[in-house]
Amino acid sequence: MEKTVAAHAHELTKTYGKGDAQVRALDGVSIEIYEGEFTAVMGPSGSGKSTLMHCMAALDTPDSGRVTIGSTTLAKLDDKALTVMRREKLGFIFQAFNLVPTLTAEENILLPLSIAGKKPDPKWYANVIEAVGLADRLKHRPNEMSGGQAQRVACARALVSRPKIVFADEPTGNLDSTSGAEVLSFLRRSVDEFGQTIVMVTHDPVAASYTDRVVYLADGRVVSELRHPTAEKVLERMSVVQRRIGV
Amino acid sequence: MRRVTWRNLVARKVRLFLSAFAIVLGIAFLSGSLVFTDTIGESFDQIAYGTVTDVAVRPETGNGDAIAMSVNREARSIPASVIDEISALPGVERAQGAVNGGGLFVVKKNNRLLGGTGAPTIALNAGRGEPIPNAAGDQMLKWEQGTAPVKDGEIALDARSAEVAGYALGDTVKIALPSDPPILKAKLVGIFGFTSGGLAGATLVLFDDDSAQKYFLDGKDAYSVIQVEAKVGATQREVADQVAKVIPEGTESVTGDSVAEESKDLFDQLLGFLNTFLLVFAGIALVVGTFLIVNTFSILVAQRSRELALLRALGASRRQVSSSVLTEAFVIGMIGSTLGLALGFGLAMLLKVLFSQFGLDLSGTSLVFQTRTIVLAYAVGVLVTMLAAWIPARRAAKVPPVAAMRDEIAMPESSLRWRLLIALLFGFAGAGAMAAGSWLDVPRPIVWVGAGIFGVLMAVALGSPIIATPVLAVFGAIYRVIYRSVGKLAAQNARRNPRRTAATASALMIGLALVTTMSILGASINTSIDKGVEREFSADFIVQNVSGQPFSPEISQKITAVPGVDAVSPAQSIVFKADGTQVFASATDAEQFAEVFELSFASGEAPTADNTIALSESMAESIDRTTGDVVELTFSSGSYDATVTGVYADSNVVGQALVPLSTVTTAGIKRGDTSLAINAVDGTGTRTVRANLERAVGDNPTIVVQDKESYAEAQRSQVNTLLYLIYALLGLAIVIAVLGIINTLALSVIERTREIGLLRAVGLTRPQLRRMVRLESVAIAILGAVLGIGAGLLFGVALQRSFQNDGISDLAIPTGSLAVFVLVSALVGVLAAVLPARRAAKLDVLRAITGE
Ligand SMILES: Nc1ncnc2c1ncn2[C@@H]1O[C@H](COP(=O)(O)OP(=O)(O)OP(=O)(O)O)[C@@H](O)[C@H]1O
Ligand SMILES: [Mg+2]
Repeated sequence: MEKTVAAHAHELTKTYGKGDAQVRALDGVSIEIYEGEFTAVMGPSGSGKSTLMHCMAALDTPDSGRVTIGSTTLAKLDDKALTVMRREKLGFIFQAFNLVPTLTAEENILLPLSIAGKKPDPKWYANVIEAVGLADRLKHRPNEMSGGQAQRVACARALVSRPKIVFADEPTGNLDSTSGAEVLSFLRRSVDEFGQTIVMVTHDPVAASYTDRVVYLADGRVVSELRHPTAEKVLERMSVVQRRIGV
Repeated sequence: MRRVTWRNLVARKVRLFLSAFAIVLGIAFLSGSLVFTDTIGESFDQIAYGTVTDVAVRPETGNGDAIAMSVNREARSIPASVIDEISALPGVERAQGAVNGGGLFVVKKNNRLLGGTGAPTIALNAGRGEPIPNAAGDQMLKWEQGTAPVKDGEIALDARSAEVAGYALGDTVKIALPSDPPILKAKLVGIFGFTSGGLAGATLVLFDDDSAQKYFLDGKDAYSVIQVEAKVGATQREVADQVAKVIPEGTESVTGDSVAEESKDLFDQLLGFLNTFLLVFAGIALVVGTFLIVNTFSILVAQRSRELALLRALGASRRQVSSSVLTEAFVIGMIGSTLGLALGFGLAMLLKVLFSQFGLDLSGTSLVFQTRTIVLAYAVGVLVTMLAAWIPARRAAKVPPVAAMRDEIAMPESSLRWRLLIALLFGFAGAGAMAAGSWLDVPRPIVWVGAGIFGVLMAVALGSPIIATPVLAVFGAIYRVIYRSVGKLAAQNARRNPRRTAATASALMIGLALVTTMSILGASINTSIDKGVEREFSADFIVQNVSGQPFSPEISQKITAVPGVDAVSPAQSIVFKADGTQVFASATDAEQFAEVFELSFASGEAPTADNTIALSESMAESIDRTTGDVVELTFSSGSYDATVTGVYADSNVVGQALVPLSTVTTAGIKRGDTSLAINAVDGTGTRTVRANLERAVGDNPTIVVQDKESYAEAQRSQVNTLLYLIYALLGLAIVIAVLGIINTLALSVIERTREIGLLRAVGLTRPQLRRMVRLESVAIAILGAVLGIGAGLLFGVALQRSFQNDGISDLAIPTGSLAVFVLVSALVGVLAAVLPARRAAKLDVLRAITGE
């Protein structure tokens, strides 16, 4: 089956610091993200996962290399265009602090659209709300919600503008396993039911088992890849990778 | 703990600098005012001590106060024959007569008046023979060019005046005299300097003795003062006592020291007004600054709550936590006071330059830095800062240690209910005092109203978080409609912490409340002037001296003869005490007066006979006298009884009392007209009459002819000048308030870094972000404006009521100006947001999210 590439990172490098303190966070990463797929990025701490995400999600710029979202090359865009790109083509879920505290759940979900001065597609909106399972919490503010509920609101917000790709950096990192499972199954459903493309960084083999594909990063490079992961296979591959790079 | 405090100070230097700036401005104003008034004082002291001789003989003085002495001109003199007797005394080296004349002006080369309404012009005589030295043994005048005048038609000028007026030695100088001839042309034969420092901008004109007597002492061979030089070895006291035995009745012999003391006291009395006036504004600036500091510290403590909790968890006591905050405040207070002192010095220099523009030239005196100024600046600066940090410090100590573990921390805050209660207490007490001062018959209503204003201001400031809620809700609704989600975010941000928003707005509120009050008072005064003039100005023209000084009665003679003039009523303003109360009165000829003015008498009639007086209704009430009663009038020459002939409705034209012209002479005041009211013959075109009048007055720039409109206009412009000065001074409070808004916004931006990062990540553009900050700022500013203008309206009305019987008879609300204030506030909001908005827009999205 021929898959369409939703996003493409080509030979990305990024170096932090100078001299002795120099860190090569990305050392020539190339990766393709396929449309309608749920991709996990894994790797030891400091391997460059977050940096890769930020570069692909137009939040940061690589020192060299090229990122394309759909048919657009990010390097050519100015700040305004990047902002519009983030608003219209990309969705984000961070580990924490995903919501604006002054706004209700509903207002948070609709934020990207209302910033752009757009109205949501009512059918799609209903779908997302239904899928996220928060219909009765829409009028609540973030401080009145549990961590899991807040992350699900963040997921809904990432999806509501029908972005090309959703980037999630350890979205379940702060959650217990039950809340984590809620969030992950929601992300899974959005891939299955709506054909959403999602890239997720995680350290958790169980979380990775929800995805279609796992990409392993080490020392700023892609070192391995796994399709149709299960928790056991992910664990096994992790130890192989770690042995190979000598951690 | 000390290290933690220090680290905090260094790490937050920008924010702290902003809050220190409020202190800097307040202290600068405080110390600047003190330094400046001390400098004036010093300069006047130099004059006071530099101009007295060992002993002086002068007409006896009662307890003349500063105002009376500046309005009433001395007419009494001492016959020259006394000089020989004094000279013969054993302790006396030499004695000489001195003439002190006032009411004259040097006309500059460009035909304008030198000095004008500023520093006075004083006429002196050259003296017969070598002038008497001052008590320190120096000659008072230093000749720079030429010589002293010796005959009529010659004069000498002090160097600064000659230069400013544009005259050189040998030029013909034009001088406007208060006697005959109204304009004197004399040759400048000498230019002199002043030995003891400067002259504070005063102009000295030196005449030969005969001319000085002719122009200022009605041509008598007499003097204003006899100056005595003591023999070496004789004390001032001894000589004064010897002299006292030979001088005529009605005169007194005083030592140089006591004369200097007296004039020093007089200057101090005048300076006291200026000092109080300036210090009131320093006080306002500091009160507004206090709000800014309370707010800054509250925000800083809130932002650091997690860190404070950690310190508590690690074993720091509450006391240690709160004292670390107070230590920060102390350091800021010290820094702020130091910078404030430096800035105050600059301000004093600026004031020096500014006042020299108005004729108070202090270039002869360098700025005076008293220890008192420095001590006061530090004491006030540190105290205000620490007091302001007190509440936040206590709150900091209340952060529970467990908060260190929590994610989002709600600072323990005192309940709004208490605040509301205190605010209501202040509000009711303030409103009550204001109402009492405005409508009830209380003693010193202005004090009541003042205290009421303070109470209400405090109430509004305390209650502002509660009052703010509905106002901000309105903003939310408007913003949402116009600016959609950005507007909504901005409105939500403003409402997020009502205390913070309200405290920030309160600072602006205070400034605007006072500005509004002043603008209402100003408008009311102007309206009252217009109405009063409309009501009372029944004359066709008024002739006045430009600076309100009496002018030669000769002019009134001249004007009576002008074609088209029907009646002329001369009046002289005088000041005296009636049964101990100061009275501003007009002396007139009742018959002439009646031809021009219709004064409405509640009882009795205008005074005509000697020793009579008519009182205005409010004056009659305040000294509790009515028609037929006897009042005691006190002048510096003594006290006289006068019978009350009538009581008339209050009148701005006449003043608080009306006396016959004979009173002036009886009281030993020099005759001179302060104004001439003129009626034209019916049917004569006013324009022709005016032209005739102006021709009659001739090229005398001290005299102006005014009709109804120009008279009202002149009065209004005096009020407006004062009003603009007060606006400028209140501007300081507004500047501090703007700093407060900048500070709050900047701190909020820092506090909301993550959130801003998130908003940017989900697609908020930089311009949208800037707009969000700007809208929040405008909301705060307009909240302040609404509160301030509301409070100001209340104050303005209350003050007008309490001054109703003192000349502000009519209330006027300058709606146009008020609208401008709101617009300006919105603009202030926009401007205050510039830096914080830029800062927010510059935030690196990634860093903001990752929480670096
Ligand atoms: N702003 C920065 N300045 C300096 N070094 C940085 C910066 N951001 C990341 N690094 C370094 O770059 C490397 C990659 O960081 P990155 O955050 O991408 O790792 P990661 O794989 O996401 O790790 P983790 O699993 O702990 O989140 C690390 O060594 C980190 O120290
Ligand atoms: Mg990471």
